[in-house]
Amino acid sequence: MAGAGGGNDIQWCFSQVKGAVDDDVAEADIISTVEFNHSGELLATGDKGGRVVIFQQEQENKIQSHSRGEYNVYSTFQSHEPEFDYLKSLEIEEKINKIRWLPQKNAAQFLLSTNDKTIKLWKISERDKRPEGYNLKEEDGRYRDPTTVTTLRVPVFRPMDLMVEASPRRIFANAHTYHINSISINSDYETYLSADDLRINLWHLEITDRSFNIVDIKPANMEELTEVITAAEFHPHSCNTFVYSSSKGTIRLCDMRASALCDRHSKLFEEPEDPSNRSFFSEIISSISDVKFSHSGRYMMTRDYLSVKIWDLNMENRPVETYQVHEYLRSKLCSLYENDCIFDKFECCWNGSDSVVMTGSYNNFFRMFDRNTKRDITLEASRENNKPRTVLKPRKVCASGKRKKDEISVDSLDFNKKILHTAWHPKENIIAVATTNNLYIFQDKVN
Amino acid sequence: MSQKQEEENHAEETGEEKQDTQEKEGILPERAEEAKLKAKYPSLGQKPGGSDFLMKRLQKGQKYFDSGDYNMAKAKMKNKQLPSTGPDKNLVTGDHIPTPQDLPQRKSSLVTSKLAGLLLLKGSRNSGKSAGLGVEASG
Repeated sequence: MAGAGGGNDIQWCFSQVKGAVDDDVAEADIISTVEFNHSGELLATGDKGGRVVIFQQEQENKIQSHSRGEYNVYSTFQSHEPEFDYLKSLEIEEKINKIRWLPQKNAAQFLLSTNDKTIKLWKISERDKRPEGYNLKEEDGRYRDPTTVTTLRVPVFRPMDLMVEASPRRIFANAHTYHINSISINSDYETYLSADDLRINLWHLEITDRSFNIVDIKPANMEELTEVITAAEFHPHSCNTFVYSSSKGTIRLCDMRASALCDRHSKLFEEPEDPSNRSFFSEIISSISDVKFSHSGRYMMTRDYLSVKIWDLNMENRPVETYQVHEYLRSKLCSLYENDCIFDKFECCWNGSDSVVMTGSYNNFFRMFDRNTKRDITLEASRENNKPRTVLKPRKVCASGKRKKDEISVDSLDFNKKILHTAWHPKENIIAVATTNNLYIFQDKVN
Repeated sequence: MSQKQEEENHAEETGEEKQDTQEKEGILPERAEEAKLKAKYPSLGQKPGGSDFLMKRLQKGQKYFDSGDYNMAKAKMKNKQLPSTGPDKNLVTGDHIPTPQDLPQRKSSLVTSKLAGLLLLKGSRNSGKSAGLGVEASG
């Protein structure tokens, strides 16, 4: 992988920005998920309006050494539409909660996209030739009168302008009473899981009318509800293993070989809390918003409101590494509770070699932590650094005391500018960072 | 996190983020924030904090006006006021029936994403591309 050094040895440069410049953001344009495919050639985004946009990396510039290929629009389609639950008079949002790519098996690409209730398998295929010279059809499709046919010819395929078509191949519906927060494809490439607040279901990619419930934490009496499932993921190599995180800051690892219903965990990961430190906010900020296995499968990363934690799957009683994302917010929890920001769900991601992790913050800042050098960096996604190959300047937040030049004080942070979704190319130092309605692509400086 | 762990983590940090001055005084910043919150909202925390948030989370979703429910409720109540939403519009309670006043704005119609829209217009390599289903790029 290029750039053996960590987040700080790499010099990150602006590459591209997608989306409109206007300050008045339509709700539908709010980006809700970002995901590279397994080769990194494709980058998918989902938004609140139920639309998916897929970008493809240009291959031509590989010969030129000064930059990697740019990402251009490859396909866009309406994945989900608003629906209505008549029994409860509730609308089902079309917002795309997650996109997950299937590994490529043939010429077409497949991805799963989900909203709160329904998961869809989309096939994205290219068409660059079309048959011409039919005997019974005109070129525009109208049928010819057979009696006018005097000679026969064999239709041939001729090149045409590339057309990319998206079609829904499977619709996995009606299996979730609560809101789906995660989907994860199994390493067997045949099954996947979907998780909502209280239940996790196992599906087969070919079968839409049945799914198996593998976790159910709904209490018999809803008054006794104390925690919900916040995220779930399959282990990258062990097809029998998955984890799910909770709003209480715990992660449970389950083995599907143990029983059909995995209500009893195989491992419980929880960091002990000093009861004297407990406050009204403790549980809220300990809620895990994202969990991601490392590519190696040895570690997993969790994101809670203020920190990122790396867990060794062999050690349940505490994380092996903890990184503070924005500790200065601890003294602002009251106002963050009042404006609901304390409930923001930040995601996190690994780089291809598992040496650096990245997550978002406020003011369009995002953070990277190098696990080897223990150095971290704060960068900003902003149109001010617009020129390609401009190296991004590290940012600093001043929590208290005298603010140095170029530092920004906590009270000046814009809490409406949140970076919740980021993605790292599986092989190269290319990252995709989503602000509210724009997608930024950054690359490391190639000399 | 335990106090010891917090100290260790501060040592691990590069020192870019300064410690809160309140912490130096020995009062945890979280506790100070909690005190602020309790001062503003004295009734908060009477019920276990967990279930309020969780219930709100489980019932997320935009409520719609059902004229049948509304008129039935009006008929029942006769001259009395309909129970209206409390301060928390999102919490579904048994008696509350959405009224036209409670409802948020209607959503706008479906258009192509701005991440894709403009780029498809230019005479780039992508010009021949179109969506197989759904909205065609236009305008």
